[in-house]
Amino acid sequence: MKVLMFGWEFPPHISGGLGTACFGLTKGLSHFDVEMIFVVPKTYGDEDQSFLKLRDAGDVEIDSYLVEKKEFWEKLTYLEVESHIKPYISPEIYETLYEEEKVDHKEMKKKAFSRKFKFTGKYGKNLIEEVYRYSVIAAKVATEHEFELIHSHDWLTYPAGIMAKSISGKPLVIHVHATEYDRSGESVNPDVFKIEKQGMEAADRVITVSNLTRRIVVEKYGINPDKVVTVHNAVEPYTYKHIDYTKNLKEKIVTFLGRITFQKGPEYFVEAAHKVLKKDPNVRFVMAGSGDMMNKMILRAAELGITTKFHFAGFLKGPDVFKMFSMSDVYVMPSVSEPFGISPLEAMSSNVPVIVSKQSGVSEILTHAIKVDFWDVDAIADSIYALLNYKSLPDTFRKYGKTEVENLKWENAAYKVVQVYKSAIEEEVNL
Amino acid sequence: MKTICFYFQVHQPFRLKKYRFFDIGSDHYYYDDFANKSIMQKVAERCYIPANNLFLDLINKYGDKFKISYSISGSAIEQFEKYAPNVLASFQELAKTGNVEFLAETYSHSLAALKSETEFKKQVELHEEKIYQYFGQKPKVFRNTELVYSDAIGNMVAQMGYKSMLTEGAKHILGWKSPNLMYCNSINPELKILLKNYSLSDDIAFRFSNQDWAEWPLTTEKFAGWLKDLNDKEKLVNLFVDYETFGEHQWEETGIFEFLRKLPETIFNNTEFVFGTTSEATERYSPVSAVHIPHPISWADEERDLSAWLGNELQDEAFSKLYELEEKVAKSNDPAIQRDWQLLQTSDHFYYMCTKWFSDGDVHKYFNPYDSPYNAFINYMNVLSDFITRLEQ
Repeated sequence: MKVLMFGWEFPPHISGGLGTACFGLTKGLSHFDVEMIFVVPKTYGDEDQSFLKLRDAGDVEIDSYLVEKKEFWEKLTYLEVESHIKPYISPEIYETLYEEEKVDHKEMKKKAFSRKFKFTGKYGKNLIEEVYRYSVIAAKVATEHEFELIHSHDWLTYPAGIMAKSISGKPLVIHVHATEYDRSGESVNPDVFKIEKQGMEAADRVITVSNLTRRIVVEKYGINPDKVVTVHNAVEPYTYKHIDYTKNLKEKIVTFLGRITFQKGPEYFVEAAHKVLKKDPNVRFVMAGSGDMMNKMILRAAELGITTKFHFAGFLKGPDVFKMFSMSDVYVMPSVSEPFGISPLEAMSSNVPVIVSKQSGVSEILTHAIKVDFWDVDAIADSIYALLNYKSLPDTFRKYGKTEVENLKWENAAYKVVQVYKSAIEEEVNL
Repeated sequence: MKTICFYFQVHQPFRLKKYRFFDIGSDHYYYDDFANKSIMQKVAERCYIPANNLFLDLINKYGDKFKISYSISGSAIEQFEKYAPNVLASFQELAKTGNVEFLAETYSHSLAALKSETEFKKQVELHEEKIYQYFGQKPKVFRNTELVYSDAIGNMVAQMGYKSMLTEGAKHILGWKSPNLMYCNSINPELKILLKNYSLSDDIAFRFSNQDWAEWPLTTEKFAGWLKDLNDKEKLVNLFVDYETFGEHQWEETGIFEFLRKLPETIFNNTEFVFGTTSEATERYSPVSAVHIPHPISWADEERDLSAWLGNELQDEAFSKLYELEEKVAKSNDPAIQRDWQLLQTSDHFYYMCTKWFSDGDVHKYFNPYDSPYNAFINYMNVLSDFITRLEQ
């Protein structure tokens, strides 16, 4: 089976879970004789292309035929909003990108109609413009390759999917890794929402990464539930070495690790910490990450008078993440809305017991984790206390958790995706 | 004469309320009154009252040919007192007929037999008092929580003066032995052992409404036919079931009550069997041999072992932490401590912590107020931690 796939990022050049998921899934698909052409905005040359073919959208030349699509392009100009898009990246990366892209807007537009267009492939200020430009490229790519199906990952590539479908007539599968509702709560960006909805409507099948996301797609976007299928994410086996880090603190450590934003529910962690500290002084809390709610969290911790036991570790990456896990006794993910949520799995494979919110996709597949409602601060505090004080509980989690994570294989997810492909293709044939 | 022993287990635990760690040291009330009351009243309405009425009718109709036996846990009786006095009254009415026997067990349906002989005896005495208080009987037959039995437990029970004891008779425990004969304890042959006919018992308790079962629907004729087919030497059939089977696990709509109503008549017309109490069976039959059960068994699950209550890390920690307190509790004169100590031993708390059903287990969720064994453990340990602080004061 040949699939034309559109994604915004691909390892090692990723800024969040999307690229990691695309990598795992495509690798899994390669076990089922699926040939993939994966179009990214920009390639760097160091990607692992052993099981698929990557195409750099910036290398695609637009010919005259596509210039006729100028109306399409013009139609988009009004979308060149200075919109406050909240992608998957940490705010400081967003900040640097923003700086980088303070290029002349007119210059940008002129470039957009040149034969080639260099994408940043990032999540900058001209993101929406890039998104549509990418879709024009998609149309071109669709004429250059033979394939049976189109697969688009997340809203950035939905317009590309739609274009490729209209050019080729092949079925379109869109893959929802996150929705605007997860990123922004109820204050959704209407432009992004619109793109998402168009993508879901145009798609023959919609794959969601959890039942939670599936419900959002059906309820908030009004999509026919018959064509929405959940395929839970998996994890690549972790290849790093176990980090032996000797911690110099006698207290047990409870960790929050993630963006300090609305979506991740940091305030519930702070409040739970306060409750635990009232009862048990032999514990420290660490909030690792950064984000637009960080200052508010620092203020709240100060207000509660817990700052000698509540620490902000800043944004961690690479080995520091695993160093953090190796010194943690409990990992908490109190996300308000988490389509999937890979970090608890990383914690579990580092032998750290986890507490996850029921409002996360990952809670749907985990057995050996404590599940709480994100708003139930008492339940979070209670679970933390229990993991710190009743020894057999963390022992049980350590005993089964790692194996549970290791059994979440991308091959299994890929198998389900192949079934979705088949059903979309069959339906197309029968029409 | 051939005898059917129809024996029912009646039990309700005092379920714990949601008890957070910050309640430790300040809140010493542990029970979920709302859940306990509403569950008791629901089960009373669906099961206890209609089933008691039915059995009373059958006793009135068939006289000495229809006798039954119950064991009612102390915690269930307490809940009748509090939430459903009409149920207690109806059991008393059954007692008055003289056709109903009440068995001894541990007061709070505990697993004390596995851990402490002193505690076990204390609880059994407490239960005997309660039974005598309400039903005017001094129990002669013993049945342990969930039919938990081993040679050593049997020996202990024999020393306490009981004539016989009930336990599970599943095939993989008995081997070639038939459960339809009388046995005795291997250490003390004075104690007779009545074995549950698991096949016929479970046909009623578990399979009755199962439409995938080849024998569905189960009719009284079919059931009497199976009894009739038994070897002539097999004179004792022990049908041991949870009382909540009637109306609660098998809903009224399944026809379970009609089945029971018709069953004695069909059996009398087609077989030599009559219904007797466990004491009558004990007097009537001599043991054919001893049963050797060195490791404790129960009537639960396929395994018929203790793994529903003990064995995983959570259960073992909770159980050992609990029994570490025995000495301290014994020194306390506080009746509130004594009562909580009893109720914290109820086996159901450990059952809720079982992890073996992660793979397949919706069946057990029905009986479980917690959404995961981890939450059951956390809640129990919080309560136990508070109990410990009270003991240390």
